[in-house]
Amino acid sequence: MIPALIAWHALVASAAPVLARRLGRRVFLWCALAPAVTLGWIVAVAPKVRAGDPATASIRWVPALGLELGFRMDGFGLLMAGVVAGIGLLVFAYARSYFAGHEHPKLGALGAHLVGFAGAMFGLVTADNVFALFVFWELTAVFSFLLIGFEDTKGSARGAAREALLITSLGGLALLAGLVLLTQAAGRASLAEILASPPRGGTVTAALVLVVVGAATKSAQVPFHSWLPAAMEAPTPVSAYLHSATMVKAGVYLVARFAPAYGATGVWRPLVIGIGLATMLVGGYRALRQHDLKLLLAFGTISQLGFLFVVFGAGTPTATKAGTAVLLAHALFKAALFLVTGIIDHQAHTRDIRRLDGIGRHHRLLAATGIAAAASMAGIPLSFGFVAKELALETWIDGPFAGPGNAAVLAGVVVASMLTVAYSARFVWGAFAAKGAFPGARAVGADMPAPSLAFLAPAALPAAAGVLFGLVPGRIGSLVVDAAAALGSVAAKGPAGAGLELWHGFTPALGLSALVLTGGGVLVAARRRVERLQTDAPSPVGAATGYQRSLEWLNLVADRTTAVLQNGSLPTYVAVVTITVVVVPGAVLVRHLQVPDGLVAAESWVQLAVVGLLAVAVGALVRIHRRFAAVLLVGAVGFLVAGLFVLQGGADLALTLVLIETLGIVIFVLVLRHLPERFRAPVGRGVVAARAAVAVAGGVFVTGFLLTAGAARTAAPVGEALIDQALPLGGGRNVVNVILTDFRALDTLGEISVLLVAALGIGALVTAGRGRSREEQR
Amino acid sequence: MSLALAVAAGILVSGGLYLVLQRTLTRVVLGFGLLSHGANLVLLAAGGRAGAVPLVDGRRGMADPLVQAMILTAIVITFGITAFLLALAYRSWQLTRDDQVEDDREDRRIARLATRRGRR
Repeated sequence: MIPALIAWHALVASAAPVLARRLGRRVFLWCALAPAVTLGWIVAVAPKVRAGDPATASIRWVPALGLELGFRMDGFGLLMAGVVAGIGLLVFAYARSYFAGHEHPKLGALGAHLVGFAGAMFGLVTADNVFALFVFWELTAVFSFLLIGFEDTKGSARGAAREALLITSLGGLALLAGLVLLTQAAGRASLAEILASPPRGGTVTAALVLVVVGAATKSAQVPFHSWLPAAMEAPTPVSAYLHSATMVKAGVYLVARFAPAYGATGVWRPLVIGIGLATMLVGGYRALRQHDLKLLLAFGTISQLGFLFVVFGAGTPTATKAGTAVLLAHALFKAALFLVTGIIDHQAHTRDIRRLDGIGRHHRLLAATGIAAAASMAGIPLSFGFVAKELALETWIDGPFAGPGNAAVLAGVVVASMLTVAYSARFVWGAFAAKGAFPGARAVGADMPAPSLAFLAPAALPAAAGVLFGLVPGRIGSLVVDAAAALGSVAAKGPAGAGLELWHGFTPALGLSALVLTGGGVLVAARRRVERLQTDAPSPVGAATGYQRSLEWLNLVADRTTAVLQNGSLPTYVAVVTITVVVVPGAVLVRHLQVPDGLVAAESWVQLAVVGLLAVAVGALVRIHRRFAAVLLVGAVGFLVAGLFVLQGGADLALTLVLIETLGIVIFVLVLRHLPERFRAPVGRGVVAARAAVAVAGGVFVTGFLLTAGAARTAAPVGEALIDQALPLGGGRNVVNVILTDFRALDTLGEISVLLVAALGIGALVTAGRGRSREEQR
Repeated sequence: MSLALAVAAGILVSGGLYLVLQRTLTRVVLGFGLLSHGANLVLLAAGGRAGAVPLVDGRRGMADPLVQAMILTAIVITFGITAFLLALAYRSWQLTRDDQVEDDREDRRIARLATRRGRR
């Protein structure tokens, strides 16, 4: 059923541009059919999957290579697929209202790309074969590129799309390399099987680092996070769907899958948790500085993704359960917050907090939605975010690390959570508070038209779910526990198997929550001072600058290389080609140099003498500067080669070559009688020496290659069979003739065609000047 | 295989490459001829030891006929291309009264732009 659903996404997507011509922005309702059907199926199979019986499917892909498109949706896949389809449904319903008023001619394409993305994401979280997973992984990157660059007439949108594609596909390559290494070490390509009995060793460590790099680029972790704020160029429904709730979770998804199996491996926890902590702090700090609501949320997302890396990265049963809860909570509140921002942007035509004023007073429902979602983000008690964050704190109080490492992580998480509280408050204050416009800015807000209910509902639903799950975490808790259990680390019984609860009693985690809220409150209260501090503080080299610099550097290297290698000089080009041939295969050749069995110095004294004469003729030819003498020497070389043919048993060859050489000399003379008698004066000594060195290296390479290749023969030459078949099949006694006219007649046809084309070209070139000179004469 | 033949192929390729590396179009054409002779000798040597002319008359120990057929094709094609190159040299002389290969102007311009961009 999973492949059929992916195909259904493809069908809906390909029909969307056509339907958009008739339906306008109502095409998004058609698009919504894709996630709707998927969601229906997910609900239908949920009981079976949660009971521990994954939904599987398999398509033979490239049977000869043992490649199979294997799918397997377990409890965790179910949760992820549910988030992808559920948020997708909301986003499509929302997009219909969002694009009211500006009927963009490319709306059909936008819908198609969104549906295509939903299909790729569904495939990504249900794929079991690691290479199928990789293909879907890259597909999400491609759709993300198309969606960010939706406003393709804007340079900034194109730049942002390119940045996202470059960074995530670079990570994708790392991921591919990691997956290949991992499958090599495990001897199989099924993710579930690999993780059930994880291979170990040096190769696997390298593979894990590569996988983490891939996951970090996709999930916008430090230092790869610059693409995510840039991606806010995309229309808000796209940002809400791809760049907060789903696609950026792909990296987290991988970490979640790998951590239970590899959490205890040496390099894993320091790497993943280190990256996650840095990302949490950088994202939170930067979010506090933003004036654009969307950028504020983008940096908040970066911070939350870092948090997910930290929590999932531990890989212990409680951590995995906590991570799953945080993941679900984040999807709900961040989608709601983005959709609220989009509503404000659409209705007030700005999302700059320096201009927004008093929207909360006039639009209570909108404000309630935003506040509920922000409360969940900040982890205020009674919200689902609070429940999830308590679980995460508990993980680190129990401590997967021994000693000071644990305390350091806990301290980092607490500080970052304070920042989260502060930027959540900044969002609410900035979007809804009656604070008056900043100096020099024109206030908007009081006159903002109210959004329709259909516009608001997709934002309000996830926000409301966040409150509901916070108050009554029992039912959703069992779903979270089942999902975490599928990751393979949670025993059904035991403390980690317990459901989610709002009230845990007076635990250390509650104390830390109180500390976080107090610290966050202080940051909010002292917001003017914090802002001044941030403005005055020297800003270190940002990731965006880093990206720009490395791009410039790459262009510079490419330019320099081009300037050197492609300088317009034909001799340089020939030299570059020759040196490449000599150095690259030559390096291999030197290591495997061999001589064939039965190598003789020469067939006969006569052959040796002919080769000696040949050497003399070639030596004279390269030094001579008289044109006619050179042509005659080339003729001499041709006759000497013909002699070698005769000695080797090729009478036909010799005959042809003698004829052709004679004809060739005649043509040369015809052309050369026009040209000056001597070649141009020779160039400098150094250039001559360099050319000679390149030429000699090429010759030595050919001789060495010939000897080694001769030693590599394993089967009898096909020539003997041709000799036996010449008379019975070809009806001729001259075997070479039979081959040319019968066995390889098609080659001969091609040869004749080449001659014909050359003759036409020569005719055109020789007669080209004549017409004009006749005209000139007239 | 005969070592002398393999060395002869190497000599022809060396001489051919040296001439192809020149700027005089006539010498480039001559070098092209040497290169193709060298390539033909590579094929010939790959056919193994010398033998009798491959005519079916009951004798044993014939030379490999397949490489000979390939060389024959190569000789004819080389001739076609050499003649074409000579026609090009002739045309170049018609237009410029010279057969020197000058630098490609477009390539030079790109290279100059690239260096300037690098300095900025």
